[in-house]
Amino acid sequence: MSTIALFGAIELGLVYAFVGLGVYLSFRILDFPDLTVDGSFPLGAAVAAVMIVAGVDPWLATGAAIVAGGCAGLVTAFLNVRFRILHLLASILTMIALFSINLRIMGRPNVPLLTQATILTPFYDLGLPAYFVRPAFLAVLVVIAVVGLAWFLATDFGLAMRATGANPRMARAQGVSTDLYIYVGMALSNGLVGLAGALFAQTNGFADVTSGVGTIVVGLAAVIVGETLFRSRGLWILLVGVVAGSILYRIAIQLALSFDAIGLRPSDLNLATAVLVALALILPRLRRGGVAA
Amino acid sequence: MIRVEDLGVTFARGTPLEKTALAGVSLAVEAGEFVTVIGSNGAGKSTLLNAVAGDFPPTIGRIVIDNVDVSRQPTARRSARVARVFQDPLAGSCGALSIEENLALAAARGTPRGLRLALNGSRRAAFAERLAALGLGLERRLQDRMALLSGGQRQAIALLMATLAKSSVLLLDEHTAALDPGMAEFVTDLTRRTVADHHLTTLMVTHSMRQALDLGTRTIMLHEGRIVLDVGGTERAGLTVEDLVEMFRRQRGQALDDDELLL
Repeated sequence: MSTIALFGAIELGLVYAFVGLGVYLSFRILDFPDLTVDGSFPLGAAVAAVMIVAGVDPWLATGAAIVAGGCAGLVTAFLNVRFRILHLLASILTMIALFSINLRIMGRPNVPLLTQATILTPFYDLGLPAYFVRPAFLAVLVVIAVVGLAWFLATDFGLAMRATGANPRMARAQGVSTDLYIYVGMALSNGLVGLAGALFAQTNGFADVTSGVGTIVVGLAAVIVGETLFRSRGLWILLVGVVAGSILYRIAIQLALSFDAIGLRPSDLNLATAVLVALALILPRLRRGGVAA
Repeated sequence: MIRVEDLGVTFARGTPLEKTALAGVSLAVEAGEFVTVIGSNGAGKSTLLNAVAGDFPPTIGRIVIDNVDVSRQPTARRSARVARVFQDPLAGSCGALSIEENLALAAARGTPRGLRLALNGSRRAAFAERLAALGLGLERRLQDRMALLSGGQRQAIALLMATLAKSSVLLLDEHTAALDPGMAEFVTDLTRRTVADHHLTTLMVTHSMRQALDLGTRTIMLHEGRIVLDVGGTERAGLTVEDLVEMFRRQRGQALDDDELLL
């Protein structure tokens, strides 16, 4: 694997670290299996790309992508909380609706951004190679997100959100309006995923309506690989683990695809992903020696 | 102070599974009173407690706490006035969170939760002091996850959590039933102290006739969703467990069945 390929893998891992953090929030903190992310990721990309093309400031466009992602999360939460639709089904409904919405926003399946000024443009002028600038820039954003999230989850509000997912009956008995925390948590989770989509569009130079396929698996891969490697209960360590998991996952995929000997092609990506996530799920069980007969 | 007025609760109304759990219960509990609630399985004891806590709205009737009609308030809003301890030791706290995090959650009951750190030095010190008073050595385990504790330890902490924030009503739902005898006695003792120290208006459901008479100032018996016995004061002071069991049998009338053996 070349240096450029390695940096490319790290860059993609950092973009998807936001997905991992979002998925950690829904799956682990709220105990809400949320497939909305397959729609909110391209939604963030679409909103950011269309606004940037229209001449809006790229930072503002990125902010709008976060808000759009958050709204998608609110729709799923609304279907689940207000109408008691099963969380998984509610999120699938939002996800397929978003496919049409994303096409409406973009007006066509793909919006190129290569000639546009993005939030990264000013940093390219620093004289460093572009393949290094992108991951460095993303790393700064990821650190901000991890610190912000770790702090948030340690506040009174964040603690109540963790109780909402861990023991809703107890949470309500302690005065926690669990519905409210599901709304906020889902908005936050999908806001992070929308941000990931916006960053993906700006680092790769396009927004594509199909780019969301499998986002949830990649996010879960980050969470599970992170949890497997960083076997800890500490919130800080777990969040860092999610980021590390996302990067390691990308490097592993890159390695798998770069070995000619295995004979894998880029189109085998999804298969490789599934095998990798399955392995990450199976290995901790093997280590404990607890394989069901 | 709790006032329950003609409370009726029917589950699965309008279906073949319709079940009337409470059929017109009226009860006035004065501030500081400690009422023990007994009755056979399905008599409506837990339903009464859960209705006061707000788990479901009454089908008919009203529930008034501290002169505020809370009948339509969801559980979370009522919790500003109502603290409770569940029968299942796992239900009253978060196993995935640490002891101090559980205590911080409980300490914020009834106040808006903002974006300030839930734990800091002074709060930890206050929690450690309260835990030390339990005499279980838990003050040295603030950062242990709740899931590592025994059922009895968790019930003791649940009782502590019920008093970290101000409340006027304490609801106890057979909170010693799942514990081993030694721990059950410890938690019963702790209950007595807690209620006395914090002047809580208390409703305690129990299966144990002994406990029903030992604790509290008044005892009510439910049968088929109605209050069939209500004793307090000197009348209650003269009661023995045998008297209570006899009353219990009489209320159940001819319908004595295998359950009798359980008494």
